[in-house]
Amino acid sequence: MSAPTTLTDLTIAAARKGLAARDFTARELAAAHLAAMERHKDLNAYIVATPDQALAMAEASDVRLATGKAGALEGIPLGIKDLFCTKDVQTTAASRILEGFRPPYESTVSQNLWDAGAVMLGKTNLDEFAMGSSNMTSAFGGVKNPWKRRGDDRDLVPGGSSGGSAAAVAARIAMGATATDTGGSIRQPAAFCGVVGIKPTYGRCSRWGIVAFASSLDQAGPIARDVRDTAILLRAMAGHDPKDSTSVPRPVPDYEAALGRSLKGLRFGIPREYRLDGLSPEIQRLWDQGIAWLRDAGAEPVEISLPHTKYALPAYYIVAPAEASSNLARYDGVRFGLRVPGNSIEELYEHSRAAGFGAEVRRRILIGTYVLSAGYYDAYYLKAQKVRALIARDFEQAYQSCDVILTPTAPSAAFAMGEKMDDPVAMYLNDVFTVTVNLAGLPGISVPAGLSQDGLPLGLQLIGRAFDEETLFAVSHVLEGAAGFAARPGA
Amino acid sequence: MIIDGKTGPWEIVIGLEVHAQVISKAKLFSGASTEFGAEPNAQVSFVDAGFPGMLPVINRACVEQAVKTGLGLNATINEVSVFDRKNYFYPDLPAGYQISQYKQPIVGEGHLDIDLPGGETRRIGIERLHLEQDAGKSIHDQHPQKTYIDLNRAGVALMEIVSKPELRSPEEAGAYMRKMRALVRYLGTCDGNMEEGSLRCDANVSVRRPGEGLGTRCELKNINSIRFVMQAIEYEARRQVDVLEDGGTIRQETRLFDSAKGVTRPMRSKEHAHDYRYFPDPDLLPLVLDRSWIEEVRANLPELPDAKKARFVADYKLTPYDASVLVAEKENAEFFEVVATGRKDPKLAANWVIVELFGALNRLGRDIATSPVSAAHLAGLLDLIENDTISGRIAKDVFGFMVETGKDAATIVAERGLRQVTDSGAIEAAIDKVVAENAAKVAEYRSGKQALFGWFVGQVMKSTGGKANPASVNEILRKKLAG
Repeated sequence: MSAPTTLTDLTIAAARKGLAARDFTARELAAAHLAAMERHKDLNAYIVATPDQALAMAEASDVRLATGKAGALEGIPLGIKDLFCTKDVQTTAASRILEGFRPPYESTVSQNLWDAGAVMLGKTNLDEFAMGSSNMTSAFGGVKNPWKRRGDDRDLVPGGSSGGSAAAVAARIAMGATATDTGGSIRQPAAFCGVVGIKPTYGRCSRWGIVAFASSLDQAGPIARDVRDTAILLRAMAGHDPKDSTSVPRPVPDYEAALGRSLKGLRFGIPREYRLDGLSPEIQRLWDQGIAWLRDAGAEPVEISLPHTKYALPAYYIVAPAEASSNLARYDGVRFGLRVPGNSIEELYEHSRAAGFGAEVRRRILIGTYVLSAGYYDAYYLKAQKVRALIARDFEQAYQSCDVILTPTAPSAAFAMGEKMDDPVAMYLNDVFTVTVNLAGLPGISVPAGLSQDGLPLGLQLIGRAFDEETLFAVSHVLEGAAGFAARPGA
Repeated sequence: MIIDGKTGPWEIVIGLEVHAQVISKAKLFSGASTEFGAEPNAQVSFVDAGFPGMLPVINRACVEQAVKTGLGLNATINEVSVFDRKNYFYPDLPAGYQISQYKQPIVGEGHLDIDLPGGETRRIGIERLHLEQDAGKSIHDQHPQKTYIDLNRAGVALMEIVSKPELRSPEEAGAYMRKMRALVRYLGTCDGNMEEGSLRCDANVSVRRPGEGLGTRCELKNINSIRFVMQAIEYEARRQVDVLEDGGTIRQETRLFDSAKGVTRPMRSKEHAHDYRYFPDPDLLPLVLDRSWIEEVRANLPELPDAKKARFVADYKLTPYDASVLVAEKENAEFFEVVATGRKDPKLAANWVIVELFGALNRLGRDIATSPVSAAHLAGLLDLIENDTISGRIAKDVFGFMVETGKDAATIVAERGLRQVTDSGAIEAAIDKVVAENAAKVAEYRSGKQALFGWFVGQVMKSTGGKANPASVNEILRKKLAG
């Protein structure tokens, strides 16, 4: 019988085997994680822990394991980003305006996981309404990255918005976690925390029951400690949902089966425009290393051009706030969440929204309202949509000459809590390599590939053709093997 | 219509925006029921209430209703249309935006032929028809400080049908509304009930000197009957003429119609100073319709008022006016057809339905569905006239009894002995008696005062209780008086 601390070190694939062999029970696995969550409370990775629910679900899993009715994720303890509505469990989007809100429904993605036998450990922290790249905008406090710079005790951010999910997985207080990605919110925190995260193709996972940030960009995906676990989780999360008109009716392949595929003859694109001026040398080095690894595996690098890349970030920061300004109108103090009374309905709106939304959310609502206003719509929103179409076309053309694209995930390693907080534009630059993927609706994965000079994880990103997650898993699996990334936080 | 002002004639220009609630079991984007009259907030899904993470899914049945209506308006059906968000804050709009269609509506240009008095028609252009969600209801009179919200109606499908500014009088606006109501009722796409608010209308009104360009318009809201549409336009047009003739200018504004006072007044600027920030709803894909499906819907359309009217004129030889009166309500047209079918003189049926039946229903305050005289009973009455069992004169009395008792004509004729006397012996005897008792009058007649003939007919009819066959009376009387 393994000790609880080592149970939390297992990958999902290993735990699946151990559970099937009855080496340990789902209850023991859940209990080990709950105990670890207690020990790592200082990380603030969870907004709410659900220990009673976790143990009850694990016990039910044990019954199914004993009776041969185990699902694909039977007994696997997961963190759920607090953007997914969970029935009767507080769902806040890390905002005061939803504090205490217990949805009477379960999101499709989390329901899919429960249907596969997974166990809920709690709701993971995030940037408020998923707006941020540091997790510092959470109304429930920032999340600490379990990693620290070598010889520097300052607390670092885990990235965002899915910072709680990435930190929890890295800190071994969840075997995997759900996350969402609107402009990089799965991939950047995965890179910052040395774990794997995939944003699948837009429409692959249902958005039903996920608190909306920017509907045309939001997409759910998993974060886990290795490529295989990520593939296992995505298979369970994905699928067509008639309740989401933008979800796509395509069968979900067995992603795990793509691992181990040969890369012989595969062409991978290196976008010229991603070699930014002033790109940090260590990021450039990592990228070059990635190219070498794939070449060693028999794949062929191809220089490609994505000419509209430089317009991606501005376009993103028009489209996403525009949709957010409308999506967040429903938080008005009338039907649920925070209500701060006033002498008129206008005052009730003003008081409730002023008290309920944090500074970054307010900033984006204002930007979004502005760009949609009469007289500005054509210059901003419409133009941004045109840019978006051009970016999508860039990728289409690039995929004439390559099968997958390799880039860094983020322009830097994790930064310290408090850094970049006074400069929203510096913060927005974190998304420079990731937003194009959301604008084009394509799948992207981040895989840890090395350490920075001060000992922090760095990620490489692979971008695939629409609905070709299998190639992403196959290629990232090779990168993972070549990188042999074995470093752990706090080690 | 021309308004004669102090300084000369003015022409009224009117465009109407009709909001028609779609007949459907479920709402436009949620599965919640649409039935009228449920307990407040009993028919609300989490989508309708704007809960976090909820997403709209288009109801195909509502799309079909909009396409049907578009086809009924002889309009272009757009194979691709887009749903947009119209953003504004109001408590009865839970999501903070209404899903509507702004730049790419489901239905484009078409026309509606309105029926004018005297049987004329006029073609009015339709600009567009689009689908949108209805809002909930704010209830302000239940509590001194609080407003209550009922979301039963929130999310119910509406069709907004916009006319071109081609109506020229309150009467035409009324005729347009009547025709629109008839059309949607024929199609079964809206129940047309203005009292319950399932058919509502806003009117854009301006005035100009005949032949000049369009004047500045005002939008009139809150109009919930055809009579009020006409009243509101009439008032507003005269108001605008007064303002202009006094040297003032018309401000483009939204005005509310106060039906109690019969006036329009400006809404507070706060009530309409909106920038709706329209943009395509990212939760919904563009609505793409299949050409062959549209043709299938077209092929299955019922007979519509104009076609029915043309058929009534051709097959039943009705005047266009009578035909338009009969087809105005589908139920009336169906009633008429039951009465008229197989009849030698269908015009007689039209007269009875329009004059006698509608007159009676009017007096009783009933509609055709609750008529005390069924179509079969009225047909039975006309049968008795046509086979000379009773005269037209007696038929009116019989009809009166039918309205009172709900019995059929034959029963009433039998019970009351109203059968027409065609037996020439009996008629002859009655005539002989009248001739014998009025020797002086007979002498006058015979000396050339032919006009007295009618008086003799009257006397005979009177003595037979109106039951004598008028043709026989005429014939025999003429002989007897001739001596």
